Amino acid sequence: MNPLIVGEDIWKVYRVGDVEVQALRGVSVTIERGEFVAIMGSSGSGKSTLMNMLGCLDQPTKGQYRLNGVDVGQLRPDQLAEIRNQQIGFVFQSFNLIPRTSALENAQLPLFYRGLSLKEQRTLASAALQRVGLKGREHHSPTQLSGGQQQRVAIARALVTSPSLLLADEPTGNLDTESSQDIMGILEGLNREGMTVILVTHEVDIAAYASREIVVKDGQILSDRATKERSQAVGV
Amino acid sequence: MLAFMWLTVITALRVLGRNRLRAGLTMLGIIIGVGAVIAMVSIGEGAKQAVQKQIATMGTNVIMIFPSYMTIGGVRGAQGGAVTLTVADALELKKRIPTLSETGWLIRSTMQIVNGNRNWNGSVQGASPSYVTIRDWSFSSGGSFTQTDMESAARVALLGQTVVENIFEPGEEPVGAIIRIKNVPFRVIGVLSPKGQSVQGTDQDDVVFIPFTTAERKVFGTLFLGSVGGVFVSTERTEDLADAAEQIRQVMRARHRLQGEQPDDFTIRTQVEIGKVQEGTSETLTVMLMIIASVSLLVGGIGIMNILLVSVTERTREIGIRMAVGAKRFHILIQFLIEALTLSVVGGCIGILFGVLAARLTTVIAGWPTIISSDTIAVAFVFSVVVGLFFGLYPANKAARLNPIDALRYE
Repeated sequence: MNPLIVGEDIWKVYRVGDVEVQALRGVSVTIERGEFVAIMGSSGSGKSTLMNMLGCLDQPTKGQYRLNGVDVGQLRPDQLAEIRNQQIGFVFQSFNLIPRTSALENAQLPLFYRGLSLKEQRTLASAALQRVGLKGREHHSPTQLSGGQQQRVAIARALVTSPSLLLADEPTGNLDTESSQDIMGILEGLNREGMTVILVTHEVDIAAYASREIVVKDGQILSDRATKERSQAVGV
Repeated sequence: MLAFMWLTVITALRVLGRNRLRAGLTMLGIIIGVGAVIAMVSIGEGAKQAVQKQIATMGTNVIMIFPSYMTIGGVRGAQGGAVTLTVADALELKKRIPTLSETGWLIRSTMQIVNGNRNWNGSVQGASPSYVTIRDWSFSSGGSFTQTDMESAARVALLGQTVVENIFEPGEEPVGAIIRIKNVPFRVIGVLSPKGQSVQGTDQDDVVFIPFTTAERKVFGTLFLGSVGGVFVSTERTEDLADAAEQIRQVMRARHRLQGEQPDDFTIRTQVEIGKVQEGTSETLTVMLMIIASVSLLVGGIGIMNILLVSVTERTREIGIRMAVGAKRFHILIQFLIEALTLSVVGGCIGILFGVLAARLTTVIAGWPTIISSDTIAVAFVFSVVVGLFFGLYPANKAARLNPIDALRYE
């Protein structure tokens, strides 16, 4: 089976006014199914751009990015939306839940755009919330939940579609130590069940949960090494 | 897809419900616009129907011929002052123009009418029996005079409601009573059903009809026997009116020996012409209403567009989240369009309600007739939908075209 992610010489160039910003300068990376990868780097290193690229929110200026064998660079916005919906789950630093909307409805959102019936949406979303330990909180709105709980809702939303890739951008950045450990525990568990997890962070102890560490600096990969034995994927 | 639409409508209602004051103020433009249109059109339609009823009181398919002014030494007299129109003219018209079904004529004057110790100054009209028929007069009691009455110059009279009210006690039966007109005794043989105001605003019920011959020989003391104040003819079919009017002109000009350049010494008016004047008035009114309607709907629509643009900006991050989890442009577009539609349609419905209420109140308070047609309501509803779609499209499209990365990063 081909790798989940193949990036070949990816460049991303922005123009900010008259200044040309080279956010990514020839990044090549291959990630297999079931890996748990931490992408590290200081702010401005290009790790967020790389994350957007891998998450199909952005397209390379030059080079090729293939997700599951599909050349993402060639797709139109609506096709990208469909790939995000089918194959990718996002977890953001600031949770990014829809305000004044219940946990259940937030978790339903990707299924809503997939066009499932309301009943199917509810069933799957409830199961996902249960998976992250939020059974009984389905009808709480984000403001009624703690930061750790909000991030769990976000994880439930990310995994409700059973994506092939889970992207977490500084998932513990806004959380206390205890909640951070909870969240990382959930991500670790998901990876153990076979889900590919890519984690973007600048915290070393958070990156330590991953089995591979990619360091990005000035839009290029500085180092790429396995930090521990890959956890044995179940059911691959 | 159905689930998507349903949930989108629910979301829209929830979003608007969260900000009731804002939604209410936004809808105000549409409410006022639609309400004003409904109220105005109802009043306009009511007025139009009232005028049509008045026109109908003239009779059916009527052509009126009046003598024109007379010029004596360069001084023009008043219209109708000439004695150029005669009974002979009327009879000639009847003989020459086959499409005329009835021909009648009359002379009129204002005179004192006396019953016992009561008197009244009213319009006394010496008419041929056919005139009463042409004008579609009906009787609340008694009946009309006949050709025989006309030939014998019988002293019989038909009274209009206004005259009856002024010279008879309430409950007193006029038919059979003897009244005096200019000291000549007349027997009342019929009381006319009321017609109300004419198009010109005169009281049509302030009238006494007596046979034409009686009038000219025994009451009016006419200078020229056979001269009339007006000839009234009618046709069987409305389509024949215009042709008949033209034929009348030809016959009259020939009879009065008018040469090429000489102006007509008579005036011809048809019921259709009078109707057209009224139609013109109501058309002007309709155009005015449409302008008012479009301006208020435009203002209402701009209000909706404005608030939607604010909403798109406020919810940029939400749009980003939705896009990140897989919303396509179409989904975002529909979401905001439905919000716009909800505003305009709810506003439109409330506007319809207010409009109907305003029309009703106008009838109750001012006593003006109003007609609320389902067509008006349907058109108003469709308009509010169109306004919502039209003014919602720009903000919705703006939202749909956001870049997900920028939207997610928006603070």
